[in-house]
Amino acid sequence: MNRAHKTACGLHCIRVKHLSVTLADQKIIEDINLHVHCGSLLAIIGKNGAGKSTLVKAILGEIPYDGTIEFRDMKDKTLQSPTIGYVPQYLNIDTNTPTSVYDLIAGFDCNIPVFLWKSKKEADRIRKQLAIFGAEDLLDKQVSKLSGGELQRVLLALATIKEPKLLVLDEPVSGIDQAGIQLFYQQIDYLKNNFDMAILLISHDLNYVANCADEVVLLDKTILKAGDVSQVYHSAEFLSVFGQGHQEVK
Amino acid sequence: MLQYGFMRYALAALLIITPLFGLMGTMIVHKKMSFFSDALGHSALTGVALGVVLGVGNSNLSLIVFAILFALLLNYIKQSNLMATDTIISVFSSLSIAIGLAILSQGGNFSKYSNLLVGDILSVTPKEIGYLLVIFFAAGLFWLLCFNKLHGISIDPVLARTGGIKIRLIENLFVVVVAVIVMLSIRWVGILLINALLTLPAASSRNISVNMREYHLFSIIFSMFSGIMGLFLSFYINVATGPMIVIISSLIFFATFLYSRKSMR
Repeated sequence: MNRAHKTACGLHCIRVKHLSVTLADQKIIEDINLHVHCGSLLAIIGKNGAGKSTLVKAILGEIPYDGTIEFRDMKDKTLQSPTIGYVPQYLNIDTNTPTSVYDLIAGFDCNIPVFLWKSKKEADRIRKQLAIFGAEDLLDKQVSKLSGGELQRVLLALATIKEPKLLVLDEPVSGIDQAGIQLFYQQIDYLKNNFDMAILLISHDLNYVANCADEVVLLDKTILKAGDVSQVYHSAEFLSVFGQGHQEVK
Repeated sequence: MLQYGFMRYALAALLIITPLFGLMGTMIVHKKMSFFSDALGHSALTGVALGVVLGVGNSNLSLIVFAILFALLLNYIKQSNLMATDTIISVFSSLSIAIGLAILSQGGNFSKYSNLLVGDILSVTPKEIGYLLVIFFAAGLFWLLCFNKLHGISIDPVLARTGGIKIRLIENLFVVVVAVIVMLSIRWVGILLINALLTLPAASSRNISVNMREYHLFSIIFSMFSGIMGLFLSFYINVATGPMIVIISSLIFFATFLYSRKSMR
């Protein structure tokens, strides 16, 4: 944790208005309205097939949508090209892929061709970023040989190295053991408090959402309920989606 | 043996194309495109045939133009995700062989073109070595400028797009560069063997590399080694050069494969 601390300015945000996605004549999600400020974490929960991944794809610009997604700064001017950090669920790469952690991050972060030489300056920059997540020792490891938890930390370092305004985490803890999950959410908390970014978390892990989210949105094709954790977790809509067992969470 | 002019030219041509094959092969293997480059090689038959039909004097031109269009078309179909990529490629690959064979065999004189299939490195001329040099520098420049982006796309397309990489543009540029390299070297290497030269050195290197620098270095070394050894051996035991190169590449592949299995234990 050796990075100069920054606190959220609280003055820029991402605003999603009346977002709908239609695929093959079927409405996957409709009329989604979201508002995430920098320095806060919005969690989107819902059952499988509720449209969580579709919403992420729309925000990342992967699929066409109706409605607007805006990034605004303090003077309410729309930012032209916001930097988005994205942490995918997993990477689809073979076990003998000769890509090291340095190659992975430097390839996205700079223009120095990674096949030609390893820049010392870039390596230092990446090591610093990895250190935030306690992963500085992984710099020269092969990406395909990392454990689930290690890969997740590397992907977080990759997503945050350019200091994005929005960080999107799509089911980030699938395939990680309990201790790893604990650590992961500690790190997310650290990011939230020390970086100037808005965080969007897609998760079906209701316990951890309850611990780290500032705001929760319950999604099932459209927004069933939105508010802080206790408002959503104690709502009738939450009960009808997840049943009785989860209400004791918080 | 270097007192023969044709051997000197062959060596010069190999010194240019083998490092290029090693370089391009890394991404072809990385992006699982070996089927694609195979089909591209097959399209040379149609390219030559079209040149004959249209009466284009310089058949290099008809070869390259057709290959570029073929590569872009394949890429377009692949990107639009209509069906499994290997199926599409197989269809187009078979079709382009069939069209080429049909046209070139008309009148019963296909034998005139049969060296397109196996290639003849000993017939390369200084002018053609000049062409190879041009594509060598063009491809090298492309690699310096675009490799990181290609690598990013191969890791995860969504990560690449959120990172601001123009996926279609970069992928199209890549297949065009591969198409030109394949077409400029197909006469010397042959349709049947070109894909082996493109993929084997990189596949061997992959067995023993842990990062991109090692991957490229070993791939280029294996490619150049098998090319030069193949040329010398073929001279002394009097067999065709192309097959000799592929045999050596394959031996290297099995050796690295066994080595990687051993070191995993």
